[in-house]
Amino acid sequence: MAMATAHPETRAPARWQDYFQLLKPRVMSLVVFTALTGLICADRPINPILAGVAILCIAVGAGASGALNMWYDADIDAKMRRTRGRPVPSGKVQGADALALGITLSLFSVMLMGMALNWFAAGLLAFTIAFYAVVYTMWLKRSTAQNIVIGGLAGALPPVIGWAAASGSAPLNAWLLCAIIFFWTPPHFWALSLYTSEDYAKAGVPMMPVVAGAASTRRQILIYALLVVPLCLAPAITGLGGAAYLGVAAAGGLVFLLLAWRLFRSRAGEAVGERNTDGLYDVRAGAKDARNLFAFSILYLALIFATLLAEHLMGAAPLELFR
Amino acid sequence: MSDPNSEGEADWKARRGRNIALALGLILFVILVFVVTIVKLSGNVATH
Repeated sequence: MAMATAHPETRAPARWQDYFQLLKPRVMSLVVFTALTGLICADRPINPILAGVAILCIAVGAGASGALNMWYDADIDAKMRRTRGRPVPSGKVQGADALALGITLSLFSVMLMGMALNWFAAGLLAFTIAFYAVVYTMWLKRSTAQNIVIGGLAGALPPVIGWAAASGSAPLNAWLLCAIIFFWTPPHFWALSLYTSEDYAKAGVPMMPVVAGAASTRRQILIYALLVVPLCLAPAITGLGGAAYLGVAAAGGLVFLLLAWRLFRSRAGEAVGERNTDGLYDVRAGAKDARNLFAFSILYLALIFATLLAEHLMGAAPLELFR
Repeated sequence: MSDPNSEGEADWKARRGRNIALALGLILFVILVFVVTIVKLSGNVATH
């Protein structure tokens, strides 16, 4: 294992904030949001305290998998600008401590979920943590360009866990939310990797632009965008989303497709330009188009999940399409 | 584990912060288990 020698000696004393950073708080906030949407969309009466405990368990479970990821990936994190400041590669926290924190929080979150809610939700949470830490981090990330496609399942499962926590089951609509995030992940991540691919190449991570090239990545982003936008409209057909949802998903979907098309037509991810007349290097060709899609993809997902959440909290009637 | 007698001010502060965070985490967990037990007990009592 490459990571065994990659953890530098701890230089500065570790603060509690360094341990908190191991939990990837920004990722955790997105997980909390999508899990809460699943929990509310289940439309089952649930004690608010138990609902809070369910969300806490999912958040802690996500944080635990983040800590396990940072433990294992310390060697490649140290080589990338975006990640070299993380607690383990920067030497603030020792790798063994990150591993211990990840395992401890995984056990606590799964155990509490099982005791407080139900063991089906706890099993899904355990599967998600294991899938992210073992299947994605230890296997897929370093071995295939499809790493974030398959590994995206871990990020897509929180709404199903939330739904299962509230109802004890995972019906089709819960898996529909999962599918939306699953198919949203590749265009989201590949847009980012188009302007950070040098970092991934340096670290030896086979991200799509590094393996298949920028043109192929842009084409695949467009294909996934064509898949995810209709999928985002599906909740309006299955009775999960109402009129507001349909409007937001359709309008946002058009913008998503437009930005994906622009990215497809751009030169994003191509070689750095020649030195220009100012003596400065050109910005990476088409990087703006990639950044635009990356930023909008976050907004789009947040908007459709927020609309679903609002509709279910306010008891908005589902559309009567195809009924 | 560092020797508390030889550690500097920064190490002491960092260790104290970690200990407080760990204590708060454990206390929160105990409270959560207690509250969850009461909620589930009262729910079960109400159904009988």
